[in-house]
Amino acid sequence: MRRYSAFAIAREAARYHSGWERAWRSPEPKKKYDVIIVGAGGHGLATAFYLGKNFGITNVAILEKGWLGGGNTGRNTTIIRSNYLQDPSAAIYEKARSLYETISQDLNYNVMFSPRGVIMLAQTEHEVRGYRRTAHANALQGVQTEFIGPDRVKELVPIINLDGPRYPVLGGLWQARGGTARHDAVAWGYARACSDMGMDIIQQCEVTAVRSANGKVTGVETSRGEIACDKLGLVVAGNSGHLAQMAGFRLPMESVALQALVSEPIKPCMDVVVMANTVHGYLSQSDKGEMVIGGGTDGFNNYTQRGSFHHIEETVRALVETFPMVSRLKMLRQWGGIVDVTGDRSPVIGKTPLGNCFINAGWGTGGFKAIPGGGWATAELIAKAEPGPLCAEFGMNRFIEGRFIDESVAAGVAH
Amino acid sequence: MLILTCPYCGVKGEETEFHSGGEAHLKRFGPGSSDADFEQYLFMRENPKGVHLERWRHANGCGKWFHAARCTVTLEVFGTYSAQTTEPPQHIRDAISARRPGWTWREFS
Ligand SMILES: Cc1cc2nc3c(=O)[nH]c(=O)nc-3n(C[C@H](O)[C@H](O)[C@H](O)COP(=O)(O)OP(=O)(O)OC[C@H]3O[C@@H](n4cnc5c(N)ncnc54)[C@H](O)[C@@H]3O)c2cc1C
Ligand SMILES: [Zn+2]
Repeated sequence: MRRYSAFAIAREAARYHSGWERAWRSPEPKKKYDVIIVGAGGHGLATAFYLGKNFGITNVAILEKGWLGGGNTGRNTTIIRSNYLQDPSAAIYEKARSLYETISQDLNYNVMFSPRGVIMLAQTEHEVRGYRRTAHANALQGVQTEFIGPDRVKELVPIINLDGPRYPVLGGLWQARGGTARHDAVAWGYARACSDMGMDIIQQCEVTAVRSANGKVTGVETSRGEIACDKLGLVVAGNSGHLAQMAGFRLPMESVALQALVSEPIKPCMDVVVMANTVHGYLSQSDKGEMVIGGGTDGFNNYTQRGSFHHIEETVRALVETFPMVSRLKMLRQWGGIVDVTGDRSPVIGKTPLGNCFINAGWGTGGFKAIPGGGWATAELIAKAEPGPLCAEFGMNRFIEGRFIDESVAAGVAH
Repeated sequence: MLILTCPYCGVKGEETEFHSGGEAHLKRFGPGSSDADFEQYLFMRENPKGVHLERWRHANGCGKWFHAARCTVTLEVFGTYSAQTTEPPQHIRDAISARRPGWTWREFS
């Protein structure tokens, strides 16, 4: 792989950009791999990357039914934060956030990580108490956050309306090192690095059946033929229930549509990320100037990858009362992704009823921020066939044992 | 857009008139049952990509709970039926079979 650098740009400029390589190969599938990862989203690609980087396992295929990064990884509102309440969550999300700080250098690919700061607005007394509690928990976990008052919120976000018609802004939980990253670039950067290690990323290759014998997976059937493997990783987000059905077990999660929209590009007006959980709207401004807006989830099982119209109205209503200038914006695009939601709103990273089959799923509405940490933990799980410290608490057995990692109360519903 | 017909009052409405109650025909396990049964009942879900049997409430109408058979990929509704049953009636199974031959869902199909 030719490295990207300022020198490379100069060199290519001098020869009409004729020397750029393809970022990744598109090989034909081999008959067999040590490890097959199903799903070339951020988590699947990061899992493969850390399998190679941390454990030297490179005979790996990543199978993708569409195009890499075309699932939720390419559809999210790119918010990165680690201000969760429970210790296991803080550990894995902070691991991910801190990996994001240097990921562009590690991958030699600019993912445009922008630690511009994230505010979660407190708009009820209940939220004020909740976020103060989270700030204390974060202090003990070594995650830097603070509870700030309305004046400081206004200073950070001049376009905000503190005295909205329904819920005045009473303060907020501020994580200065939270922010955003370019979502596609995260997928592309990991893909390029995986391909460089000799791994095969096979797009347009849908897994249609899981082959097993004596409680172990032997391989998968795909739209491009049968492929055998020693170990299988299922990293398919909203399609997890579907894959689990092929493998013969059920999961503690359901798939729903979550949507987002972006406005026309405007001049810079807000340089932090704001999340308003009570009225339910999220806003940040992309480098292109578009206002990026996170919407709501549908209340029913759904694989349609679009989402209901009435959520657009609800989201825009929430934003107009919080940021009145939004009422003058034209919206450019709206889309949806299928997110996999668990009962305690925490992911599942762990073993499955099939001995050599592992799963990373259940990130629901908030797994983009977790990609480097989730991949790191899942690689360790697959390599050692046992969960490491980062994901030990996230196994599916927590539901039978009643050890929930309850982020639903702590975060409401949040990205 | 998802359109449902309430089997009680016969009103046809779009989704904001109804409230989803999730997977239908769960067998309830209470105190004294095994951990595994309890886990299956409380947390494990079919979550199919295709035919789904589910509960709905006509929240902004007659207020009653009912059942629906629906495709989660196309939002096509095969039929709605009474809440007073532990399995889909034959006419609903037939309606699904007509549109999705060979469908399966738990032990009913
Ligand atoms: C609108 C929206 C906004 C969001 N906002 C945020 C946010 O601000 N911050 C945040 O942290 N998170 C956010 N999320 C959540 C985040 O996007 C996801 O949790 C995360 O991207 C999941 O990554 P993944 O790699 O697990 O899944 P995906 O990126 O969905 O990858 C799974 C891949 O598996 C493939 N696949 C599925 N079935 C098969 C099969 N049978 N064979 C082969 N391949 C298959 C899919 O095509 C897909 O590419 C948002 C999600 C949505 C939809
Ligand atoms: Zn009714």
